[in-house]
Amino acid sequence: MDIKEYIELVFSDYTLRTITLGTAILGAVTGMLGSFAVLRKQSLLGDAISHAALPGIAIAFLITGSKDSNTLLIGALVSGLIGTFWIRGIVTKTHLKSDTALGLILSLFFGFGMLLLTFIQKQPNANQAGLDKYLFGQAATLLESDVWLMAIITGICLLVLLFFWKEFKLFLFDADYAKTLGFNTTFIDVLITSFIVLAIVLGLQTVGVVLMSAMLLAPAAAARQWTNSLTNMVVLAAIFGAFSGVFGTAISASQNNLSTGPVIVIVASVFVIFSFIFSPSRGLLFRQIRFIANRRDLELQKTLAFMYHIAETHENISHPHTIKILNNFQGYTRKTLKKLVDKNYVTLDGTMWSLTEKGFETAANLYNQQAIKDE
Amino acid sequence: MNRIKIMKEPSEKKEIPASAGRIAVQVDDLTVAYNYKPVLWDIDLEIPEGVLMAIVGPNGAGKSTLIKSILGILKPIAGSVSIYGKPYDQQRKLVAYVPQKGSVDWDFPTTALDVVMMGTYGSLGWIKRPGQKEKKAALEALEKVGMLPFKSRQISQLSGGQQQRIFLARALVQDASIYFMDEPFQGVDATTEIAIINILKELRKSGKTVIVVHHDLQTVPEYFDWVTFLNVKKIATGPVKDIFNDDNLTKTYGINYKVSIQE
Repeated sequence: MDIKEYIELVFSDYTLRTITLGTAILGAVTGMLGSFAVLRKQSLLGDAISHAALPGIAIAFLITGSKDSNTLLIGALVSGLIGTFWIRGIVTKTHLKSDTALGLILSLFFGFGMLLLTFIQKQPNANQAGLDKYLFGQAATLLESDVWLMAIITGICLLVLLFFWKEFKLFLFDADYAKTLGFNTTFIDVLITSFIVLAIVLGLQTVGVVLMSAMLLAPAAAARQWTNSLTNMVVLAAIFGAFSGVFGTAISASQNNLSTGPVIVIVASVFVIFSFIFSPSRGLLFRQIRFIANRRDLELQKTLAFMYHIAETHENISHPHTIKILNNFQGYTRKTLKKLVDKNYVTLDGTMWSLTEKGFETAANLYNQQAIKDE
Repeated sequence: MNRIKIMKEPSEKKEIPASAGRIAVQVDDLTVAYNYKPVLWDIDLEIPEGVLMAIVGPNGAGKSTLIKSILGILKPIAGSVSIYGKPYDQQRKLVAYVPQKGSVDWDFPTTALDVVMMGTYGSLGWIKRPGQKEKKAALEALEKVGMLPFKSRQISQLSGGQQQRIFLARALVQDASIYFMDEPFQGVDATTEIAIINILKELRKSGKTVIVVHHDLQTVPEYFDWVTFLNVKKIATGPVKDIFNDDNLTKTYGINYKVSIQE
């Protein structure tokens, strides 16, 4: 199937369209909120929340006996929220660090959830099959109503972001200062955290408990590499997230038997890896290139400075000197000499070199230039 | 025995404006504890309007805690704080705060100007966005601290001293009457230190009250006109020329200090 055919299929095929739209919206909302989690250094919180949601799904099924996704998601939401506020409680009330609290709640809730799942599976109830889909998610089960729910919650989330943008930014950067200015930081904190929980719960059906946190973190981590503005970061993370959803769905739909959730997560990770390497300001590649270029520049300048100190001792600055003399200088290579000639700083005549007017001036100003560069 | 050499500046010998003034900050019976151990014990403190005051004391003496409790960031176990006779909640707009530079993540995706703009958020209140007026105020504050050329810089690309100036500018934008600063001279070079102290002195000249957590005892008489010695309990508070002496230093730091004033 080529790309054109696939795109036509997305628009004509009901199921594929639903899934594509669903994963795109999900990616956008988790990317947006994930930026906040990353900036708050609460990357692990997403993982804890999604794992904490599992017992809620099981309990909701046990109580209602229904596998309707909305019922189960309400259960997930409740237990996700309980887990989150337990974590907060543990951190504020005891001496435990937040990573300890996160790990504790994550394994406690997940363990309990698994226990309930095995208990449910042993029951003589034909309806029970399929609950374990929530472990790794199954995008194929997405219905139009699920996508509508995602769209509405994403819309509300967007409105809240627009309203409280200034407060969120202030809180994320300097919560204590926000407090002194009279902002209720507990309210802002609860608001942000609740939306993160909501976004995670929305994604459980598609991506699953185990991989959900990657949806939160990967687009945000990738977006951070490309921009130094919070607005751009959130927008970019939403775009990366949405594209991860669309591409992930496309790959899994065109290759049989690839489950959608993991593919989406892998696509999101590809965004991260690409960003880490190729981002112009923070990426590894350009940093290395800049590093090498800077070092070459410095080598050249040092050689020029060495020549300058020799030339200085003569009345005529262009007095020729033997090339051998340069061997006394540690950083000297034939290549640097050639480059200096190319730049018209030095002229060669047989085994002799002499500084040009331009070279002399440049060398004299080297230290000043270095100072200007630092500014 | 530690010997502290202090240069006396004749030009700084003006009358302290505080003697006539009102009480800007009043702290009564303030006790703060993390867990079981008290960090501040029964602090009574009156800070007169218009002083430039240093809070000095050893590490763990509760200097930052005192400021944070006055500003309502920390909840005390007992005691009360009032700003010009009213609780802090009602007087927020009179107070500006410069936290320790290390208390935030400087890799946060934002620019210098944006951080300074945050100083206007308090008077804006919820939801309302900063506009041209706020931007103008922020640019003026940047100008005052000599950081205008860096307004579009990403904050992680600023040096430690520049970051401190940004924090100072953010407080200046608040246009408050009382300024609380937590170690504004920590990790800054001599040029920045002089630039900052000049701004603080200017603030005092225009009648503001400035309260600074300070570590360098040598510069206390040169920079400040009022001082509070703190070590869990309040040891002493008053004009530098009256109470900055061996006795109080020894009581606060627990070792013998000798102040030698070089005339």
